[in-house]
Amino acid sequence: MSIFDDPFDADSRVNAGCICGQHRSPAEHEHATLALRCEPVVASQEKRYENVVASAVLRAVFPEVTTRRAFLKSVGAATALAAVSQFFPLKTATEAFAEAGTPEKKDLKVGFIPITCATPIIMAAPLGFYAKAGLNVEVVKTAGWAVIRDKTINKEYDAAHMLAPMPIAISLGLGAQPIPFTVPAIENINGQGIVLSMKHKDKRDPKDWKGMKFAIPFDYSMHNYLLRYYLAEHGIDPDTDVQLRSVPPPEMVANLRADNIDGFLAPDNICQRAIYDGVGYLHILSKEIWDGHPCCSFAASREFITSAPNSFAALTRAIVDATAYASKAENRKQIAEAIAPANYINAPVTVLEQVLTGTYADGLGGVKTDPKRVDFDPFPWQSFAVWMLTQMKRWGQIKGDVDYKAVAEQIYLATDTRKVMTDMGLAPPKDSYKSFSVMGKSFDPTKPDDYVASFKIKKAS
Amino acid sequence: MTTSLRLRAAVVSIVLLAVFLGAWHIATRSTGAAANMSPEYAKLMGMTATQGKSAMPGPLDVGAKLWEHLKRPFYDNGPNDKGLGIQLAYSIGRVMLGYLIAVAIAIPLGFLIGMSPLISKALDPFIQILKPISPLAWMPLALYTIKDSSLSAIFVIFICSVWPMLINTAFGVASVRKEWINVARTLEVGNFRRAFTVILPAAAPTILTGMRISIGIAWLVIVAAEMLVGGTGIGYFVWNEWNNLSITNVIIAILLIGVVGMVLDQLLARVSRLVTFPE
Repeated sequence: MSIFDDPFDADSRVNAGCICGQHRSPAEHEHATLALRCEPVVASQEKRYENVVASAVLRAVFPEVTTRRAFLKSVGAATALAAVSQFFPLKTATEAFAEAGTPEKKDLKVGFIPITCATPIIMAAPLGFYAKAGLNVEVVKTAGWAVIRDKTINKEYDAAHMLAPMPIAISLGLGAQPIPFTVPAIENINGQGIVLSMKHKDKRDPKDWKGMKFAIPFDYSMHNYLLRYYLAEHGIDPDTDVQLRSVPPPEMVANLRADNIDGFLAPDNICQRAIYDGVGYLHILSKEIWDGHPCCSFAASREFITSAPNSFAALTRAIVDATAYASKAENRKQIAEAIAPANYINAPVTVLEQVLTGTYADGLGGVKTDPKRVDFDPFPWQSFAVWMLTQMKRWGQIKGDVDYKAVAEQIYLATDTRKVMTDMGLAPPKDSYKSFSVMGKSFDPTKPDDYVASFKIKKAS
Repeated sequence: MTTSLRLRAAVVSIVLLAVFLGAWHIATRSTGAAANMSPEYAKLMGMTATQGKSAMPGPLDVGAKLWEHLKRPFYDNGPNDKGLGIQLAYSIGRVMLGYLIAVAIAIPLGFLIGMSPLISKALDPFIQILKPISPLAWMPLALYTIKDSSLSAIFVIFICSVWPMLINTAFGVASVRKEWINVARTLEVGNFRRAFTVILPAAAPTILTGMRISIGIAWLVIVAAEMLVGGTGIGYFVWNEWNNLSITNVIIAILLIGVVGMVLDQLLARVSRLVTFPE
């Protein structure tokens, strides 16, 4: 799948050949559903904007699809572009377009937690994505999830890196008073892992894990839901058979070394750090539980959006842009170097490189390669939010009935992000819901209550 | 005699330090390279796993790193990475601000409590309840109500340093010798003049003891507070390096926190020597 509709591709079909309507063939649709990601085809943003503008002009000149295609076929794309630019100043139009609305507030503060999930938010500063969007953003490292929540609520931060379920929890008033929050973009997909202490080298079957102590970063985290899901699928009740502790990621490695915990499901660079220090080994990557699961999100309060809509749009553009850049494998080494210094993640470059490039030591003496160990896809699928809500309900974090759809649509801004992405010349998915499967069990976002009911192990409500 | 005692104490101190450093060095030596590890795998692993290096740094590592920090204490690589000098300055600034606010409130209030038995009795239950609360327990409440993390840190410093000063001031004022106050009364000295010329000098040593206890507590608390709120300060530095599992930098920070705490304490000790009087 391409995030660009190339307006000068005469062969592109008018009616797409797949179910969802955005791919050219069922095979491509299949591939895209598997990969769930945007792959930038044209490297530079200017070029992309040019395409959007050119496409609009061409469509205006030849409103009929068939005529346009016939014209393109007969003269070729290059000539068509030259012809169009002769009577229409494409360059000027592109510049005018790229500028969009002037941000109401240029100096922004964005909080982050030093883990590789925050890669797009962090790298956008040293690699100049914020500056390109006309913003002066200071990215501020923060001590923990509760602090980042409080500082964003207090408006010390204009926007922040949050765990994907956190904006939902904040908006619903779980663990804080309800304040409407939104997710304009998902940061990363995959990129987590289950790490066990070296002394459990032979306990690879989760059925043997009864009585063990595991660390998770936060109660409202994908890590919590994925670990619980994984354990429950193996017949372990996460509430009674094992102990789950909320531990800040940086302290996990030290706790594992001190034998306070037996393992953790943690964000990356922490997993790899435990291996790097010879403390633990990688049991599985989180993508083996659910390939393409969201992890962290880019979140802002609704108040920020209404008070500074242009700043918010510019910020979203910068993040989407950085995410698209980070999704390309060939950029990953450069990114690892850019985010490793003490000002950002503060971790050895080797560790970050192993996480981002996907060639890593597994802690048991083997070197493995999985280029999708962590991936970046900005689109905030509302079905992700519905899934998180089902898990919140499953584990008793939400009591009573939930209007899954309404909550998901209020918080996960698929529509707005789609508009921003379209304006940027990317081709976002047309749907906001999609089904996916977690450990072989498919999830239908239209039937969340049935999904919750279908689990054998859950907290009785 | 005193010089030789001092000399002997210094020798013992140095020997103790040398023994400690030596033991530290020996305890953290590496145990030799780990066997059977493919070179390709070893390249991806850290020194702890490949060289059998102890997770604790040795004194030489710490010394080298310390020298590196001392060479450039004021660098600024952006909002999350600043030199140790800048971090310490932020911490000291916060401590001073919170502490001065505490002084401004605790000393007048302490006077009032010390001079008036009624207010003393009335306020006593509140003070007794508020005094033993760990300052960090205020942190979530402060963050929630003040809605600003650096102001919250200053508030926490204020709340922890106010009690020793308040109690010491009240005690000092209340225990000024009755004869002196009676003499002042016979001379028909006004209330204000009595407070400033009789009670204040008489209670000054006790007040300064309270201030000295307070500055110590404030400096203890700032590190913990900054670890919680982050951003800047020596506490944030400790947290940031802890994040990177860089024990070397954490040890350096511990050392510096000790040195600064000692300097602050000595400064107040000097001042309190100035106001003591023989009876």
